[in-house]
Amino acid sequence: MTDTTLTITNCTAIPLQRVPSLPVNTFRETLLELVNQQQRRVSAFFAMPGADTGQGLELIAVLANDNDHTCDLTRTTIQDEFASLTPECPTFAWFERELAEQYSIAITGHPWLKPIRFQPPMIDGAADPANPPKTIIAGDTDYFTMDGEGTHEVAVGPVHASVIEPGHFRFQCLGEDVYSLEISLGYQHRGVEKMLLGGPDRRTLPMIATVSGDSTIASTTAYAQLCECLAPSLKPSPDALLLRGIAAELERLANHVGDLGALAGDVAYLPTASFCGRLRGEFLNMTAEICGNRFGRNLVRPGGVKFALTPAKAEKIFRWLDQVSKDVDNALNLMFEAATVLDRFENIGPVSKTAALDIGLVGPAARAAGLDCDIRFSHPYACYADTAPARSEASGGDTLARALIRRREITASTKWLKEQLALWKKDNQTTPAATALPALAPDSIAVSLVEAWRGEMCHVAVTDAQGAFRRYKIVDPSFHNWFGLALSMRGEQISHFPICNKSFNLSYCGHDL
Amino acid sequence: MNNNLCLWWTGLIAAFLLAPLLKGIINKTKAIIVGRRGPKLLQPYYNIIKLLRKGCVRTTTSCGLLAWGPPVTLATAMIALLFLPYANQISPFAFTGDAFLFAYLLGLGRFALVLGAMDTGSSFEGMGSSREVQFAALAEGPLFAVLGFLAISSRSLNLSSMLTCPLPAQVPTVVAAVILAAGIAFVVLLVENCRVPFDDPETHLELTMIHEAMVLDYSGPDLGYILYGSCLKLWLMAAFVWLMLIPGDFGSPGLMMVLHILGILLSGVIIGIIESVTARFRFLKLPQFLLGSLGAALIALALTILTGRNLP
Repeated sequence: MTDTTLTITNCTAIPLQRVPSLPVNTFRETLLELVNQQQRRVSAFFAMPGADTGQGLELIAVLANDNDHTCDLTRTTIQDEFASLTPECPTFAWFERELAEQYSIAITGHPWLKPIRFQPPMIDGAADPANPPKTIIAGDTDYFTMDGEGTHEVAVGPVHASVIEPGHFRFQCLGEDVYSLEISLGYQHRGVEKMLLGGPDRRTLPMIATVSGDSTIASTTAYAQLCECLAPSLKPSPDALLLRGIAAELERLANHVGDLGALAGDVAYLPTASFCGRLRGEFLNMTAEICGNRFGRNLVRPGGVKFALTPAKAEKIFRWLDQVSKDVDNALNLMFEAATVLDRFENIGPVSKTAALDIGLVGPAARAAGLDCDIRFSHPYACYADTAPARSEASGGDTLARALIRRREITASTKWLKEQLALWKKDNQTTPAATALPALAPDSIAVSLVEAWRGEMCHVAVTDAQGAFRRYKIVDPSFHNWFGLALSMRGEQISHFPICNKSFNLSYCGHDL
Repeated sequence: MNNNLCLWWTGLIAAFLLAPLLKGIINKTKAIIVGRRGPKLLQPYYNIIKLLRKGCVRTTTSCGLLAWGPPVTLATAMIALLFLPYANQISPFAFTGDAFLFAYLLGLGRFALVLGAMDTGSSFEGMGSSREVQFAALAEGPLFAVLGFLAISSRSLNLSSMLTCPLPAQVPTVVAAVILAAGIAFVVLLVENCRVPFDDPETHLELTMIHEAMVLDYSGPDLGYILYGSCLKLWLMAAFVWLMLIPGDFGSPGLMMVLHILGILLSGVIIGIIESVTARFRFLKLPQFLLGSLGAALIALALTILTGRNLP
C-alpha cells in the first residue's frame, strides 16, 4: 500500500475512509502511472455523489494488478469537471463517456465524447417546468464519417435479421473494405444501477441475475461475494463455493459450445452448427438439473447456494457430461479439421497484443491475443484458489485464436468438472432463504471480481451510514470488449463482420445495464 | 434419331412443375446429414403459393425498376428453359446460335434484379448488386468455355445439338474432357444459383449476402416470382449438367424421361451433400476459384480440339 492507493485482495470490504482521497491532479497522475507504466487494468472507474449534498462528486478507480493478485483503489473529489485521461490512456475512453453521461461531468479533452447508453442522468434534477428534460433517443448522435469517391456508409441495426439483441453498427467503407466501425449501444438500458441504489432488498438478486441472462451464475456470484465480505456472518461453506464453481464452468461450457456452433453457422458449416446448437442445450439442462433453471437463476445467493447437489445427481451429471463431452469433441473436431472453415477464420479480425493491452480487453478475446488475464488465476475467488481448470492459452488474436481459446477452455473445464463431480460424495449444505440479509458494513467499499465466460466481471458496492447501497457499480466484460470488436474490423472486409462479431459474442444488455 | 416432341414437352412441363422440388430435396438432404428432420420436401411449393397469395409492399423511394426485377427474372428463366433438349429430344424452338441466347437470357434476368436492387437505394442491396455482378462476370468465363467446348465437340451452335451430340465414348481423352467440362458446368451451377461454397441461400447475415441481399426489399408475389424463378434456374442448370454427361439416344422414351428427371433430382442430393461438408469461401477466394475453373474449362476445350484432329 502506498499513500496514493489502497491495495486490497479480491472480495474484500474496507471502510471507504481508508481509500486515499487524492487531489485531482495527483489522482490523474496516479492512474496514468499505474495503468501506463505498471500494467494495471482498469476494472472499474465510476462516480458517485458525495456523502453530503454540495460535496461534489467522488470518482473511484479500481485497478486490477494481475501479478500481485490484488486491486488498487483510489479516489478523488471533483465538482463537475474532469480533464480526460483518454488521450494518454485509451482504456479510459468508455469509462469517461459513462461518467459524462451518468453524472453530467464535463470531461475536457476527450477525443470523442458522446453518449454511451443514452440514459438519463443518475441524479434526478429538480423538476423545472420551464426546461423539461429532453427526450433521449438511443442512437441519435454524431458518427465518424468518411468522404470521397467510392466511399459509402453501411448502417446495421438496431433491429437485426437474426434473433439477437439490439445494437447499432456504422461502417465506413470503401468498396468491401471497412475503414471504421462505430458501435452504438444503449437500446437495452433499463437503469439497473439506479434501481440497485438503497439495496440490498428483495429485488436485488433477481435484478443482478438478469444483468446479462447468459452470465447469471457469474453475475450472482459477484453479488453474493460482495454481500459476504460486507457481512462476514454470511460465510459460505467450502462445498457451496465449489458448487458455484461447478455452475460457473457449466455456464462457460454452454456458452462456448453455443458460440462455436454459431461461428460454424456463420460460415455455413452445417454439421457443427447443428450439433452445437443441441449440445449447448445439454449443458443448460445440466444446470437445470442442479437448480431447476437452465440459466442458473436462484442457484447462487449471498451466504452460499440455494440448492443441494446430491451425490446421486452429481453421479448423473458426471455420466451425462461424459457422454455429451464426446459429442462436443466430435462436433468440434469436424469444424477444426475442415480446411474450408479454418480458411474462413484464419487472420480474420486480428487484435494485436499491444492493442488489446491498450484498450483493456478481457476474457477469451484478450487471451486469444496472447494476454494472460483470467480472474480465476489472477484474483482467485470461490473454489478457484484451491482447484481450477487448467489454464488455456492461444495467440494471434484473430478469429481462429478466439475460436481455439474457446475450444481449449471447453476441454479444460470439462476435465475439471468431471474430476469435481467424481469426487462429490456428500450433500452440500444449502443456505436457507434469508428473509432479510444481515446488515452490511456501513460506509464501506467492497470489490468483487469474477471470471465470467466473456471475461472479467467487476462488481463494486459502496454502502452508506445505514449499510445500504450508496452506489452499486457493475462492469460487464462486454463493456471492456465492445471496442475490441470495432478495432478488429479496421481494414477488414465487411463480409467478415458476422464472424468477428460472433467470435467476440458480447452482451448488449450487460453493457447497457 | 427420331425426335419425340411429345417427350420434349413432357420434359418442359416437368421442369415447370418439379423445379421447386429440387430445392426441397437439397434442404432435406442437408437436414438429414446433420441429424435434423428438416422442412417438408414440398415446403418450397408452400412458400411460393403462400407468397403469391399475399399482398405486396414496395418501397416508395424507388422508381418503377424495382417492380420490373421479379417478372423479368422469372420470364427469362422460363424462356431459357425452352432451349434445352429434354431427355435428349431436340427442342422445337432450337436455332443456330441459341446457346448465346440461353446464356444471355440468364444475364438479362440478373441485370433486371440488379437494377431493381440498386433502385431501392439500400446499402445492403447496393453491396449485394456489386458482388453479384462481380462474380457473375467472373462466372461467365467458365460458362462460355464450357459452351465453346460443347460447340467444338458437336460442331454446332445450336444448344439442342450441342447437348445431344453422341460422343465417341471409347476415346479416353474425350471422356476426360466431358467429365472436366461437366464439373466446371456444375461449378457454374453453384455460382449462378448462389449455393454454398459461393453464397449461402440460408443466411440471415445481410453483410455476407450476395444474391439474397438483392432481394431483401421484395415481398409477396414479387418474392414468389423470384423464388420460383430461382427454382427454374436451378433446374435449368442441373438439366444442362446432366445432359452434358448423358448425351446421345438410348433406350425407350419412357426410360429416358425417368432417367432425365431422376438425374436432375440426384443433383439436388449432391448439392445438399456439398453444402453439408464445406463452409462458405471467403469472398477474396471466389475470383481465384472462378479463374481456376476457367482454366480447367479451357483445358477441356484444348483436349477436344486436339482429339478432334486425330479422330477418324
